[in-house]
Amino acid sequence: MKLESRNNQIAQEVIEIVEKYNFQREKLLQILEELNDSYGYLSEFVMKEVAKNLQLTTTEVYSVATFYSFLNTRPKGKYIIRLCKTISCVLAGKNAVANALRNELGIDFGETTSDGKFSLEFTNCIGMCNQGPAMLINNDVYYHLDPEKAVEIVEKYQ
Amino acid sequence: MSMDITVNINGKEITVKRGTTILEAARNVNIHIPTLCYHDDLCISGICRICLVEVDGERTLQAACSIPITRPVTIKTHTERVRKARRNVLELMLANHYGECYTCFRNQNCELQKLAKEYGVDALKFEHVTEPRYEQDKTSAAVVRDKNKCILCRRCIRTCQDFQGVGALDATHRGYDTQIQAFYDQPMADAVCINCGQCITRCPVGALREKDFSDSVWQAIDDPSKIVVIQTAPAPRAAIGEEFGLPPGTSVTKKLNTALKMIGFDYVFDTNFTADLTIMEEGTELLGRLKDLLVDRKEAVLPMVTSCSPGWIKFCEHFYPKLLPNLSTCKSPQQMFGAILKTYFAQKAGINPANMVVVSLMPCVAKKFETDRPEMTSSGFKDVDFALTTREVAQMIKEAGIQLTQLEDSPFDDPLGLGSGAGLIFGATGGVMEAAIRTAYEIVTGEEAPFENLRVTPVRGMEGIKEAEIFIPKALEEWSFLEGKTLRVAVAHGTANARKLMDIVTQGIAQWHFIEVMACPGGCLGGGGQPIPTSEEIRKLRAKAIYGEDEQLTLRKSHKNPQVLKLYEEFLGTPNSHKSHELLHTTYTPRGVF
Repeated sequence: MKLESRNNQIAQEVIEIVEKYNFQREKLLQILEELNDSYGYLSEFVMKEVAKNLQLTTTEVYSVATFYSFLNTRPKGKYIIRLCKTISCVLAGKNAVANALRNELGIDFGETTSDGKFSLEFTNCIGMCNQGPAMLINNDVYYHLDPEKAVEIVEKYQ
Repeated sequence: MSMDITVNINGKEITVKRGTTILEAARNVNIHIPTLCYHDDLCISGICRICLVEVDGERTLQAACSIPITRPVTIKTHTERVRKARRNVLELMLANHYGECYTCFRNQNCELQKLAKEYGVDALKFEHVTEPRYEQDKTSAAVVRDKNKCILCRRCIRTCQDFQGVGALDATHRGYDTQIQAFYDQPMADAVCINCGQCITRCPVGALREKDFSDSVWQAIDDPSKIVVIQTAPAPRAAIGEEFGLPPGTSVTKKLNTALKMIGFDYVFDTNFTADLTIMEEGTELLGRLKDLLVDRKEAVLPMVTSCSPGWIKFCEHFYPKLLPNLSTCKSPQQMFGAILKTYFAQKAGINPANMVVVSLMPCVAKKFETDRPEMTSSGFKDVDFALTTREVAQMIKEAGIQLTQLEDSPFDDPLGLGSGAGLIFGATGGVMEAAIRTAYEIVTGEEAPFENLRVTPVRGMEGIKEAEIFIPKALEEWSFLEGKTLRVAVAHGTANARKLMDIVTQGIAQWHFIEVMACPGGCLGGGGQPIPTSEEIRKLRAKAIYGEDEQLTLRKSHKNPQVLKLYEEFLGTPNSHKSHELLHTTYTPRGVF
């Protein structure tokens, strides 16, 4: 599809979502969440369209989008692995798990594999403190991890 | 519920109105509470935590700037707990603050540095960053950013969003990764930035500054083959003294001339001269548009809006591209001067314009961007080579070892050193309008504008938007179509105020014929290139100096400026002539926001 018509289509989709929320600025977060789900990330173009339709400045939209870890402003892998980095998971052995994930995927945290399949990130507490170390792959939760178990789980997504 | 509450601050009883902040209450009794994110011009933010005080009945220390007084309380502003907390806050800020004071342009005028001294920070308990985290952003023609020095107080954001209505910057990311950024981490050159520089004058540290051209100007001065000419705008004269310890509102026009001569400028001219020229051109343009409408029954784009402020021009190009035809086609006085210098003056003085370097002293940061506009080359060269801010010129004067305050007076050079009082008041909000009224009324009616001592008071002062109506009881024959008509004008300063006017114009319900807009609050005297700090009080004092100087002049109307008339006679012909259009008028670029 040509870029222009693809952009027109996205612009239309943004309007539909914004319309659903009655063009209310205070629904910005919900709107960004939905768009993040549809496209995997919030592109420059998508954020501009949101700003235009809500009569916000583009910087305001970008400010909100970058504040939340679960909203992406740059393209990410198909599967986003988020390993909890907070204290109880650290005490339960998060560092060993982190190293195993690095080795398995050949990338560091904050990076995406060259095939676009996996992104590796740290996250703050995901509420699995009594069952750490814990991680999320997209919306699925994995807990009681150790290096082998973490690698096995990732292999299932390969 | 009583509106008055008695509070006790450091043992002093004071009665305040309910809702007064602790900071305001303390200021009333001359108790100093330090501030950083707080700024008189801006809305309260309460994030830097330097203004912490102890309030009885509250478990934690409270931020004085943002806590309203709602009950009779006892407040202590310098207990051990408070002092320790403030020192901690400073040490934490300094831990992330990269940059050495002695290479910083805010050295000795930095709020963080000052507080570190006042609060006895003598060691960096939390260590200190030793490597820069970010590259400096030097992409913009006007504004340079160094995020390594940023303390995240968000004054720039509030200035840009609330005060100026632009929104080029916002805080992005979170926690330790928080940065002040343009959309999608764009460099400043690509951001929707109008270059007004208001963020610079409100930054407490050296994270924002203007692009410095003083070294290039020194180079030109040192080069014997170059003739270096400087034109000085009205607003810096009323402010540059502040850089030399004089109180705000001290005019140093003639001492400044001496200093610039001593630095080595070959000619020192007065931008007021082209301010007068602007009035001739812009006034004629306005009367022409009115004639089109009233006599020739042609479509005329009204209201006409002034075009002297390059920050405003870029604001209009971004946010109101449909209103660009409303802008006067006149270049700003700075650019007119450049064009005249490299043509008329070069011929007259026998100088090869290729060897002429035109420098301007401006209260403005956006003027730097303006000099770089591709359309500003009508003399066949870059019309103005370098625009310097008041701060940069103050720095040059200091570097030359000149004691500005001790100097003798000297006049501007001939022939382009003569400006009227009307040109002078361009430096204050409403000044262009007042100058235009003084001239237009007299041209149309043959009589002086009906204001005591030529003070057009309705357009003076610091209200964000001012309006005035000028009734024309009888007109000379040429202008008979204006007889019995009322000219309606409006003045806005600060682009957030301009936005209000432009929204009305966009709706097509505007009744005005002529609008003056200045991008900076207070007009040029509150410009982004002026000495730091700025506040409403300082701006008022600078305005007073400018209006005071106007009243001391005998020449107070642009159309009576003999040098301007001579320029028309010898070179341009008549206002809005073909030649004027070539040299003194310009075009605009619709930019949009998205």
